[in-house]
Amino acid sequence: MSIDIKTANIEPVRLTFDHLEARIGKGKSATRYQEAVHDFQMTQNFHYRPTWEPEMELFDVRRTKIQLDDFDALTDPRQYYYGPYTIQRAKQQDNADSNFALIEKRKLFATMSGEWTDKIRRLIVPLRHVEWGANTNNTYLSGYGYGAPFTSAALMHAMDRLGIAQYLTRLALAVNGQDPVILDEGKALWLDDPLWQPLRRLVEDAMVQKDWFELHVLQNLLQDSQLVPLAFVHFDEAVGATGNVAFTLGTEFMREWFNESSRWVDATIKTASSAKPENRQLLNDWVALWWPRVQEAVAPLVLAAFGAEASAVSGALTAALNLRLGKLGLEAVA
Amino acid sequence: MSRDKVFIAFQTNEDSRPIVEAILEDNPEATVDEQPAMVKILAPGRLVVKRSTIEDKIGRDFVLQSIHINLISLAGNITEDEDEFVLAWHQA
Amino acid sequence: MAEKKLGLKEKYQLMTRGLDWETTYQPMDKVFPYDKYEGIKIKDWDKWEDPFRLTMDAYWKYQAEKERKLYAILDSFSQNNGQLNISDARYLTALKIWMQGITPAEYNSHRGFCMVGRQFRGAGARVACQMQALDELRHAQTQIHAFSHYNKHFGGFHQAMHMRDRAWYLSIPKSFFEDAMTAGPFEFVTSISFAFEYVLTNLLFMPFVSGAAYNGDMATTTFGFSAQSDESRHMTLGLEVVKFVLEQHEDNVPIMQRYIDKWFWRGYRLLALVGVMMDYMLPRKVMSWAEAWGIYWEENGTALFNDLARYGIKPPKYHEIATAEKNHITHQAWAVFYTACPATGFHAWLPQEYELDWLSEKYGSTFDRYYRPRFAEFARIEREGGRFYTNRLPLVCQTCQVPDFFTEVDNPMKQSIRQYEWQGMKYNFCSDGCRDIFAHEPEKFCQAYIPPQQIYQGNAGGARTLPEYAAWLKCEFGKDSGEYYTSEDYARWKAMHGGNDTTPSSAAA
Repeated sequence: MSIDIKTANIEPVRLTFDHLEARIGKGKSATRYQEAVHDFQMTQNFHYRPTWEPEMELFDVRRTKIQLDDFDALTDPRQYYYGPYTIQRAKQQDNADSNFALIEKRKLFATMSGEWTDKIRRLIVPLRHVEWGANTNNTYLSGYGYGAPFTSAALMHAMDRLGIAQYLTRLALAVNGQDPVILDEGKALWLDDPLWQPLRRLVEDAMVQKDWFELHVLQNLLQDSQLVPLAFVHFDEAVGATGNVAFTLGTEFMREWFNESSRWVDATIKTASSAKPENRQLLNDWVALWWPRVQEAVAPLVLAAFGAEASAVSGALTAALNLRLGKLGLEAVA
Repeated sequence: MSRDKVFIAFQTNEDSRPIVEAILEDNPEATVDEQPAMVKILAPGRLVVKRSTIEDKIGRDFVLQSIHINLISLAGNITEDEDEFVLAWHQA
Repeated sequence: MAEKKLGLKEKYQLMTRGLDWETTYQPMDKVFPYDKYEGIKIKDWDKWEDPFRLTMDAYWKYQAEKERKLYAILDSFSQNNGQLNISDARYLTALKIWMQGITPAEYNSHRGFCMVGRQFRGAGARVACQMQALDELRHAQTQIHAFSHYNKHFGGFHQAMHMRDRAWYLSIPKSFFEDAMTAGPFEFVTSISFAFEYVLTNLLFMPFVSGAAYNGDMATTTFGFSAQSDESRHMTLGLEVVKFVLEQHEDNVPIMQRYIDKWFWRGYRLLALVGVMMDYMLPRKVMSWAEAWGIYWEENGTALFNDLARYGIKPPKYHEIATAEKNHITHQAWAVFYTACPATGFHAWLPQEYELDWLSEKYGSTFDRYYRPRFAEFARIEREGGRFYTNRLPLVCQTCQVPDFFTEVDNPMKQSIRQYEWQGMKYNFCSDGCRDIFAHEPEKFCQAYIPPQQIYQGNAGGARTLPEYAAWLKCEFGKDSGEYYTSEDYARWKAMHGGNDTTPSSAAA
């Protein structure tokens, strides 16, 4: 049957859903990002209280002290929904795959000096567990946070951390001729070596924090602002200065990811901080509370990696954090 | 006694074709049920998907995990390695 | 030194399982406070068998490929006005119910898996749940993107997010998923991954989505089958959880049996909605609900429970009742929707002659005897210029929240009603299955938000009548709700087809 379609008959009667029209105004089409995140989380008429936390509703704004009139304001500047997120990560994994293929084929770690491969064993491989902690904490944000824009991005962030832990595993195996004993050694360091204990204590303390926004600040802003650039920027520059590119190739994802995902971290914290003075005060209090713990945890690692130059690296890491805090309208740390 | 059936179903498309052909070749007892946009393969008790047979059909390397892309559903316990993907019921 | 070649299993083990550790600065029970209170005993989380060994990079790679394909089709669907190619605009009622009820359920499932992806102390189980959490987010998002185009041309979609938390019939999926999410992590995974996904969702995603293809809906077919490809991972997770828990300790067997009994029954009641979609909303027919039940429960379900018998697990309680009801429930449900559609976000209608004949053929034992006469009576009223609408919302079951249209298995003329008294209050149920569920957790199920009661208590914006209630749901009579053949959707559909009534006259494409 052939149909004679008159254009008038297929003009849309509306451009978007009511819940999005209420956000973006009449006569506009919503983006796929807006469709994918806004108002997805249920807000009322819950049937049952959680058996695991009967004092709260299933989704409850009281799980953080941060107050927002609209938690859907915590949007992601990258506008990630599932499709663009996986497609972007697939491109990056393709690249990472080629990098690892090159490392493995040319045995690039075999030509690295023992001094540096030892440092990787001691200072980089245990970070697998730090990333697992970051995965755990971001999964908490995704489950118990409030509002689909924030929680969906938090889940992607959690999965990114699992991905990083797995890239670190692959890197470790490449360093050790694919012999997994290097992973056991790394775990033993993480569990028992005094060098790692302040950090492990911090990671475990973070895992029992209940306020999801506080945990977001602690994990994704404070801790990551120090450890990620330490391992994948400063340490990488130092290894790279020896002329061996293996570490640089194996950690390219982490640098790209950090630059990209920091935009999300900063945007969400800035939205909260600019919404209400009480939020800003709370955020400043959390930074002040946790910063000494982060410093205490990171300092031994900086010293072990950089020796005489440790204070310069620490200074650079703190300065970079202060630059971010300034943009977020928060007070600098010392 | 007759064995309970396992099944695996794929979207009907060009990528699934060599996979379906390979399954039918490797599982002589398997039968095909064509539905709109979907092809379902049933077999009594056990069904195996072999990488090597698919590679013979397409004339190039095949990563077995990529069957996920066009997979619709399945029934049975799964055992999976690089070479084989097996669906089976364990009852006697 | 020769390099080792790592196999898939060994590689996955290293990539995932060695990452976690026994915490010492904080007690494990404080880090994982929720995975013991159900009484499930886990001796050794390392015995967990990873169902699919997907590392994150493989996950990103395969899922991105699925997404590229899916969005290419959705783009082409909207660019080419794919809505014109569906069999009939009546079909859209199924998509409206999907958007209002199933898509929010996908979102809730996503959040539930985020929660259990944090709660389990075993790393393997946690990673599997996290991946499923991300998949479920995908399903919610791809569905709203697919429905977005339909929303531009038809009623019933635009207010879905508003209705979701309020409407009486949407309390069925809402209460189902909230029940699961407010339970402990083992019950959650058993309910969603095993009872719902493994045992029951094939009924939605295989015959119904195949039916969408048969009815020319490329958008739904694509997201539906693409979603189901993730479901096969989820179903495998469901089966693994059940086997793992059963193998860990014999004390777990009765707990798991109760979860299986409860969630089979709740899932089956929820699927009444899917049954009506298949039998009444697909203008071109692929398979009846009774046939689908025969294949996907009676055959596949039997195989599954034969497999689980070695653990001492029995087929779910009351499954015989579900099978005995298969020739009745869709007709009973459609009669409720037909009469109560002014208080919904979709249209209803009387089946066409060819459809009545198809139903008579598929339901030889029941349709002509019990249900065709009922539709004939509605048709007589329509011929005389009327349209039978109910003037009150149906009463609903305290547990499953489905309207009380079910009848006794041995007497289809007698309504099935059960009561249970708890703390001086009488509660009504549709079945022994739902009453048993309540009786085991009365302190939970007495909390349920029951929409018809809320209306009487003035909690629905003060609505007293069905039209007032519909307005509170933001559903406008004739645009979003009420009879199909006097609706704007029908008028638009005809206008899109040169003013012709294109209602099919046969079940075949």
